[in-house]
Amino acid sequence: MTGGGSTRDPAATMAGVAGSDPQLSVAAGTDASKGNQSLNTATSNDQGALSPWGKFVRKSPLAALILQRLALSVALLFAVSIMIFGGVEALPGDFATTYLGQSATPQAVANIRKDLGLDQPATTRYFQWLGGALQGDFGNSWASRNSVSEQIGKRLGNSLFLAFFAAIISIPLAIGLGMLAVQFRDRLVDKVINVISLAAISLPEFFVGYLLILFFAVQMGVATFPATVYDSMGLTERLSAIALPTATLVLVVLAHMMRMTRAAILNVMSSAYVETAELKGLSGLRIIARHAAPNAVAPVINVVALNLAYLVVGVVVVEVVFVYPGMGQYMVDAVTVRDMPVVQACGLIFAAFYIFLNMVADILAIVANPRLRHPR
Amino acid sequence: MPEPSKTALLSVRNLKIEATSYPPGEAPKTVTLVEGVNFDVQKGKVLGLIGESGAGKSTIGLTALAYGRGGVRITGGEVTLNGQDLLKLDHAGIRKVRGAKVCYVAQSAAAAFNPAHRLGEQVIEATLKHGIMSRAEAEKRALYLFRVLGLPNPETFGERYPHQVSGGQLQRAMTAMALCPNPELIVFDEPTTALDVTTQIDVLAAIKHAIEETHTAAIYITHDLAVVAQITDDILVLRHGKMVEYGTVKQIIEAPTQDYTRALVNVRGTGRDEAADQSDTLLKVDNVTAGYANGFKVLHNVSLHLPKGQTLAVVGESGSGKSTLARVITGLLPPQEGTVTFDGKPLPRALKGRKNEELRRIQMIYQMADTAMNPRQTVRNIIGRPLTFYFGLHGKQKTERVRELLDQIEMGDRFLDRFPAELSGGQKQRVAIARALAARPELILCDEPTSALDPLVAEGILKLLLKLQEETQVSYMFITHDIAIVRAIADSVAVMHRGKLVRFGPKSKVLSPPFDDYTDLLLKSVPEMEIGWLEKVLTTRRMESAGN
Repeated sequence: MTGGGSTRDPAATMAGVAGSDPQLSVAAGTDASKGNQSLNTATSNDQGALSPWGKFVRKSPLAALILQRLALSVALLFAVSIMIFGGVEALPGDFATTYLGQSATPQAVANIRKDLGLDQPATTRYFQWLGGALQGDFGNSWASRNSVSEQIGKRLGNSLFLAFFAAIISIPLAIGLGMLAVQFRDRLVDKVINVISLAAISLPEFFVGYLLILFFAVQMGVATFPATVYDSMGLTERLSAIALPTATLVLVVLAHMMRMTRAAILNVMSSAYVETAELKGLSGLRIIARHAAPNAVAPVINVVALNLAYLVVGVVVVEVVFVYPGMGQYMVDAVTVRDMPVVQACGLIFAAFYIFLNMVADILAIVANPRLRHPR
Repeated sequence: MPEPSKTALLSVRNLKIEATSYPPGEAPKTVTLVEGVNFDVQKGKVLGLIGESGAGKSTIGLTALAYGRGGVRITGGEVTLNGQDLLKLDHAGIRKVRGAKVCYVAQSAAAAFNPAHRLGEQVIEATLKHGIMSRAEAEKRALYLFRVLGLPNPETFGERYPHQVSGGQLQRAMTAMALCPNPELIVFDEPTTALDVTTQIDVLAAIKHAIEETHTAAIYITHDLAVVAQITDDILVLRHGKMVEYGTVKQIIEAPTQDYTRALVNVRGTGRDEAADQSDTLLKVDNVTAGYANGFKVLHNVSLHLPKGQTLAVVGESGSGKSTLARVITGLLPPQEGTVTFDGKPLPRALKGRKNEELRRIQMIYQMADTAMNPRQTVRNIIGRPLTFYFGLHGKQKTERVRELLDQIEMGDRFLDRFPAELSGGQKQRVAIARALAARPELILCDEPTSALDPLVAEGILKLLLKLQEETQVSYMFITHDIAIVRAIADSVAVMHRGKLVRFGPKSKVLSPPFDDYTDLLLKSVPEMEIGWLEKVLTTRRMESAGN
């Protein structure tokens, strides 16, 4: 979904801008020589007085593209907030009835609804919620009456802690294995790496999680389960608690990044300029570092960012399996009791992470393109 | 086995090159690509390697760097550079030769330069890494070479990135990159093949000048004998990886001893006179302006016409709008202004508005026959499809007609059930022609159908097209950048430059003086199979510019 779109997006935009730029000047040139003959065609608004933005695009397409990305991300986040709010509104079931259970008299339900402000129209509630969210205030949980922001603060910290360790293990490992697979292309090492990573990506994460629990926690007893962490825990204790969920996440994201790295480097290694480098008598290391790597960066960045986003957002299942007190579990708990402020807040934060990481990837990929850094 | 020459710079003896092929469903096979090749390159001299594709030219050229491209192995013989056999060196030893003593200029400089680094850095990289010069010296030499090669703004040229300069400039920058470490030998692998004729002549002159200036020896690989005649001292003619003829330029061009060489020298012998009566108009393009949705115009007010049963050649370099004109006529790109009239009736502007009958009468053949055919269909289906589509033929009738068409293109029915991958380049183009003919068209738009083919094969295709025209009275609009083809087959000629029609009329008029500036440049840029032609053209140019 968003992932596929975001990997293609920068290329499309780049082609669009790089392609239209010289054409604009050509069109303007021919127009000048032909006088006002073609002023009545569809092109006339492109010529003559360029808007300040148009001039800016021509002068520094890189900055323009980055600004575009930023604006697009903000717009996207806004659209997502509407979708989250609308989606939650459309959910069947009602907090008041769920909360009161057997004692749900119409009067009691109405009272609670009034208490929570549910009697106001949806648009009013949306703008109240959005206004608060912009200031970091997501309201109070309906179930526990605690501040959602405070709760999320702790939970998000836990989730990021888990994602961080999964990332610092999986990213270097994936890129390293990808390079190794390139080095030993089509030989045993490459094939073994490929088969294992493919198996890991093919198994659903809850299955991998339970397998790990079965072997390491139940049969061998070397790992901690459940992976619950407390505020009072020391770092080493925490690390041992998250060992299994981290391993699950690493296994799940590793294959994707590894295979993309392998493909990107292989693609570049078969290019004519790498052959040129070889025919210059350069060393293997210099060829990879100076001639191949800069051109393989963009696709690798994209897939890394996508997987980072997954590590933060996609941990819901893993957190539930390992009973880890992160955002994912918080959200799942809230959904079961129809605690809407929590669901909305979690959804919005997940979306913000996803959009932010993809935006960073897009911008890095744009910056890595010499055609955009150094326009004609 | 002959001994390697003691005096030559590079001496190749009894060269054998093999590769492993993996035919689907069979055991891997070892294929011999090159066998029994011997030649010498003397200091400061240029050897031309010439032959059609698959002759092993590039493969042999790369042995001077002890390099095999994509699984190609040098399995026998000696490649001696200054008395040292390169094939006996270890990897570190070979690295010291590559980029220092022997350098390489690739066919497509646009692909051979790394897009991520500045040109100047790439030009001096090998020189620095081999410790041949200090950075300051290398930069000074690069500047000198940029000047010798006639690059614009040589002082700042090195600061640019590959995408910021033109194809012709990149090719010259690549030559500078090869010359920079002061090598003893440079291998030029078709350095001008991908360029327009008018650009080719400049690059050719620049390369020749640079070689003379620096006294570097070179191996110059090309399939164009006329090009090689301008620049080399000796020529080695290759075919199927074997030597056909080896001699001086003078001997090969003026007195070839082998039939194959003679055919290559006389390849531009096809030809015919233009039709006298050019009044019976089939296609009329009237004041057409066309372009793309973003407002960029490719064609400006183009008007021309094509008589029945005749050939109109449309010439111009890449970007001149030739192919766009064909797209307008087919309806793929509706014109913004102007009309296209076919057989007296105006054609609907867009493809969607045309009836099957209107579609049938105009067919097309393309430059790349292999991308224009479905690789999963047999020849029978490829040629049969228009028979079903336009005439509703099925079964026996259809097969009968396909056989007839195969006969017409001189191929025969043993090709009926072959896939495109099982055909040679020339055969694929013939099948594409048969597919166009199957619709019994009155006009075939030919978009550079021979420019991807070897000269002898291309000549066969041209002869076939002429024969078919005589038999079926079909008209051709033949798009090309090759003046020799125009001379050979056209009745009328349209010269295009930057989307405008600069000259149009019967062949005899268009190709004879007085010329406009562009046609003059175009005609003078086409290499002729004559030793010293390049010097002559350059001298006239210099005199003209001095006269101005």
